[in-house]
Parts: sequence; C-alpha cells; structure tokens
Amino acid sequence: MTNHRILLVDDESEFVDTLAERLYLRGYHAETVNDGEAALRSIGDNCPDLVVLDLKMPGLGGMEVLREIKRFNNLMPVILLTGHGSTKEGIEGMRQGAYDYLIKPINIDELIQKINEAIEGK
Amino acid sequence: MVRKLWHHFTAYDENIASPARYKLLKRNIIILMYLVTFIPLLSMASINFFQYKTSLKKEIISSLRLMSNKAAHSISLYLEERLSSIRALAASYSYQQLSDQEVLNGLYQIFTKEFGGFVDLGVINRDGIQVAYAGPYELLGKKYSDQKWFNEVSIRSVYISDVFMGHRGFPHIAIAVQQFDSKGQAWFLRATIDTRKFDEIITSMGILPEGDAFLINRGNVLQTHSKLFGGVLERYPFSIPSSAPGTYFLEEKDTQGHTVWISYTNLQQNAYSLVIVKPQSIFLKSWHVLQKEMFIAFLIGTIIIIIAVMKTSNYLVNQIKAADQKRESAFRELENSQKLSSIGRLAAGVAHEINNPMAIIDQKSGLMKDLIEFDTTFKGKDKFLKQIDSILQSVERCKKITHRLLGFARRMEVMYEKLDLNEIIVEVLGFLEKDALHRGINLELKLAEDLPKISSDIGQLQQVFLNIITNSFAAVEDGGNIIVTSWKKNNEVVAVSIEDDGCGMSKETLAHIFEPFFTTNKDYGTGLGLPITYGIIDKLGGKIEVTSVENEGTVFAVELKINNLENKEKQ
Repeated sequence: MTNHRILLVDDESEFVDTLAERLYLRGYHAETVNDGEAALRSIGDNCPDLVVLDLKMPGLGGMEVLREIKRFNNLMPVILLTGHGSTKEGIEGMRQGAYDYLIKPINIDELIQKINEAIEGK
Repeated sequence: MVRKLWHHFTAYDENIASPARYKLLKRNIIILMYLVTFIPLLSMASINFFQYKTSLKKEIISSLRLMSNKAAHSISLYLEERLSSIRALAASYSYQQLSDQEVLNGLYQIFTKEFGGFVDLGVINRDGIQVAYAGPYELLGKKYSDQKWFNEVSIRSVYISDVFMGHRGFPHIAIAVQQFDSKGQAWFLRATIDTRKFDEIITSMGILPEGDAFLINRGNVLQTHSKLFGGVLERYPFSIPSSAPGTYFLEEKDTQGHTVWISYTNLQQNAYSLVIVKPQSIFLKSWHVLQKEMFIAFLIGTIIIIIAVMKTSNYLVNQIKAADQKRESAFRELENSQKLSSIGRLAAGVAHEINNPMAIIDQKSGLMKDLIEFDTTFKGKDKFLKQIDSILQSVERCKKITHRLLGFARRMEVMYEKLDLNEIIVEVLGFLEKDALHRGINLELKLAEDLPKISSDIGQLQQVFLNIITNSFAAVEDGGNIIVTSWKKNNEVVAVSIEDDGCGMSKETLAHIFEPFFTTNKDYGTGLGLPITYGIIDKLGGKIEVTSVENEGTVFAVELKINNLENKEKQ
C-alpha cells in the first residue's frame, strides 16, 4: 500500500467508487467526490497528492475546478478524464496546467502508470 | 380548349428527370421552333407567290395590249391609207376622166406600184354599172346595183366590206367611195384590196407557235386564217365582249379544254376586231419557272430549318439534361451533407451519453476481475474471468464505435501541409500488406511518377484511403485483384482510383453507401466508414465517385485539389 492520496472527481458515483476500489486493490488510497464544489472543499481540507478530474460535470465544470486547483496549488498534479473521445478538450486542459488526460472508458493500468509518473515528477 | 391544349403542351413534371420528360420537352421545342420559323416563311412565300402572280398577269396583259394595239393600229392604218388614196383619186379626177379606160389603167398601175395591195379599180355609175375597170379580171360592165355594198355606199358615201371570196377565189375586201359630178349625179370608185397584207401584219406581231391572232368581223366570222378556229369565213365560237373601241380581255376554254387568254381590239374603222389568243400555259411559263425556283428555295430552306431545329433542340435538351443532372447531383450532395450534419450532432450526443455508462460497466467489470484475480480461493475463477473478459471486449468494441461516432461528428480540425499523395497511398497499403499476403490478394500500384504535391491533411487522407481500401479488401475474394491508380487530371486536380474485382454493389446499395449507418456487413461494419470518407473529401474540397457492377467489381475515384489555400481560408 502506498501513502499517496488520490482524489477522484466525477459526477458518476458508480464510476468513481468502483475506480477507487480498484485503485485500493492496487495499493492506492483514493477518495471520491461527485461535483466540483465538493472537490474543491476536499482539496482544501485534505490536500491530496493527485486529482483525477472529470471534465464534464454539472455545476462547477472540470475546467473551472482545474483552474481553481492551479490557483490554490500550482504543483498539484491533475489527470483529466474526458468522455468526448476528442483530444481537443484534453489538450486545452493540459494548457491550463493538467498533467495529462485520459479518454473514457479508461484502462486501469494506464491510469496507474499516469498516476505514478505524475507523482514521481511532482 | 386553348387552355386544354396548352396544358397538354406543357404537361410534364419539372422535377422528374425521366427520358419521357426530355422527349416531351424536345417535342415542344421542335414544335415551337417550327412554328416560329415556318409561319413567317410560309407567310412570306404566300405573299410573294400571290403578289408575283398578280404582277406577272398585269405585265403579260399590258404587253399583250401593247402588241394588240400596235397590230390593230397597223391594220387600221393600212385600211385608212387605201381608203384615203381612193378618196383622193375620186376627188382629183372627174367621173369622165376616170371613166376613160386608159386613164384608169394608168392610175391602177401607179396605185399597185406605189401603195400595194390593190387588186383592181373600178368606176361605177349611179345605176351600179361598172363603166371602167382596171384589174386582172373581166368585170367591165358588171352591174352592182342589187348588191348590199352599193346601197350602203350610196347612203354613207364610204364603204368597207367584210372579207369575201367572191368569184376571185381568194380573200379580199372591197372599199368604195361615193362622188358627185358637176351635175350632182353620183358615181362610185371601188377598189378591191388583197387581205394577205393583214396576215403579214399579224405574222409580224411575233405570236408564238402556240398562240393565234386573226381578224373577225362584227358577225363573229373569221376575216383571216386562224390556227385554232379554222379558215377565212368560218365562224369564231366566242362572242366579242364589246363593240366599242378599245381592248378587252377574256379567259376562255379552247376546243381542247385548255384555258386561253383572249384579247379583242376593235379597229378604228369599227369594221373588224383583232383577236389574239394565247394559251395560259405560255403566259405562265415564266411563272412556272419561278414557281419551281421558289419551291426549290423553299424546300432547301425547309431542309436547313429542319436540320437546324433538330440540332438546336438536341443541343438545348442535352444542355437542360446536363444542367438537371448537375442540379440533381448538387441536391444529392447537399442532402448527404445535411444528413451527415444532423446525424453527426445526434451521434455526438449518443456517443457521449453511452460513454459514461460504458465507463461504469468497464470499471465494474474490471473490479469484478480484480476481485476474482486477487482472491486465490475463488471457485470457478477461469469461468468467471472468461465471462468478464467477454464483457470487457464488448466494452472495448463499444468504445471504438463511440470514438468513431465522435470522430464522425467532429471531423477533426484539418491541418494543411504539402503532401505526396503516392507516399500516403503506399503508407496506407503498408497497414494492409499482411492481410493481402495472407489472403493472396494481388495489389497493383499504377502511381503517376510526375504527380504534383498537394496541399491537404495527411491524417484525413490516410483515413480516406484506409476506409476505401479496407472496403475493397472486404469486397474481393481471396486471390482477388485491387488496382490503385493515381494521375494528374489537370493543373488543379489530382485523382486516385481504387478498383477491385470483388462482389460489386447493386444500384440500390450504391445509392445508400454514403448514408451514415448503412452497411451490408452487419457483423463488423459500423456504416460510418464511407460517410466519414465522404465528409472528409467534401471538407478537403474534393470529390468522390463510385461506379460498381454487381459480381464484377467497384471503382472508387477520388479527386483532390492540388492547391487547397481557398479551403484553408474557409476553415
């Protein structure tokens, strides 16, 4: 089990909960929230090592949350999740300071690889 | 009625590009063109025809009148001269002098020599007895008191007889004048005139062989020989229209039933009428020649018009047909674009909505797999893992579909750069080489060496050719043939064709291949490959055409602009 704390942000609770469980099975401690506001609160309270953030969410969108995170802690790595199958929004997120992006449905091994790379490069 | 006729004339549906429509259109154009050309042509021809006929008739009558008047004047003059000379003789000499046979003989000699036409001269006393006679016959002492002419000359002082044969046996006329001696007693000088001079005058008129000219008296008796109506003193079958001086024209049928034009000119002495007969056919000879020439001109004109109308109508209908086809093709393209656009938006929505639950399925399945794999005591592990893998494979398949849907909907931004089309084709075929080798498909490349570089998007073009060639691979049997050809079409366009000898497509299939989700291979195809291809080519400013014959093969022809700066600006 690693000491890294990961925050998973997605409006689909089934998705993030399952993902969190899978990460846990692989030795990662992951917390989940289902909207932008909750994500920002959790970041403020717990200061996770990495955030996995869905771009498309009701209310505060992924891109706004990303900008807030970067404003709060520019070094905090953020991996974006996009369901659009397009590189355009992912690339835009990277311009805004995201570490990388993955297209849904994601591959767990690919996600873990990105997480490790991001935390090691922090 | 007119409305019904017009409706019948224009009863075609403009939206239907059927052969019947063009046939009807061609028929209408031909009819209209014939009407607008033949109506003025026929009108002009008719007007010319009748005007020329009328003026020709007038001209012919005028020349006939002139000829007739001239001849009548000559005959009148001839008679007048003879009458004047007899009058002068009677006035210049006394009855006693002229009764002297020697004097009369001398004068007769002079008259026959100087005037001509005199047959004899005779002096007749008041009792009608010829007291002196100069001439070839033995008529001295002949008594004329009981003859008609003697009575008439006694009343009118002048007499001109009709032609008669008398006992001389040839046609002649008699002229006589009355004179009085110093005692007031009447005496008469009579001369016989040979009428052959009349024939000479008539002959000199130059009547054509088919025509006839002669003199008749008031009693319709021929005074000179007629070719058509017989010899001297025979009856002329028609009546003189008027006995007043002047020239008159009539149209009659001759004995053979031919129409003849007859002119009557009454002589000044009012004794005879000069009749000129001409068959209408002679008069109209020049008319018929002209008529023939006009007919030939009309015929040639008609042939030229018919050819011109046929050619023009063919050209017009072909132009209309081509324009219709272009319009139809443009509509079809527009329809396709609109379909692609609206279905693209729908596809984007569907893909996004499906992606999220698919991600959950993916993660849940993944978790199940993780739990089973991490639990070493799990019973029936392999069986469960197999089922989960099957779910994950299906998720992967759905992922590909949604990605393609989104790709179709968004059509990634075009990045223009200078590209070697041949290189792209070779590169794309590189992906399929193994498949070709495995299936024994013969890939033949006919790439133009001098193909210019084009301004386009490499990724989009790779997708285009990959889609088309993959389709060809699907169409051919193992061991089939695929030929890829590239060429420079003109200074602005290069073209690539992908030809296979596969199963081909029916016309019905061909009409739908660019429609999204249309597929003939429901197990593997998404029905988006060719619509995406179509969309990309359209976006790149190119053109794609497909020809296919069922069981023979298919040819995809792609045309691309060499310089795509205009398109780049539009992006």
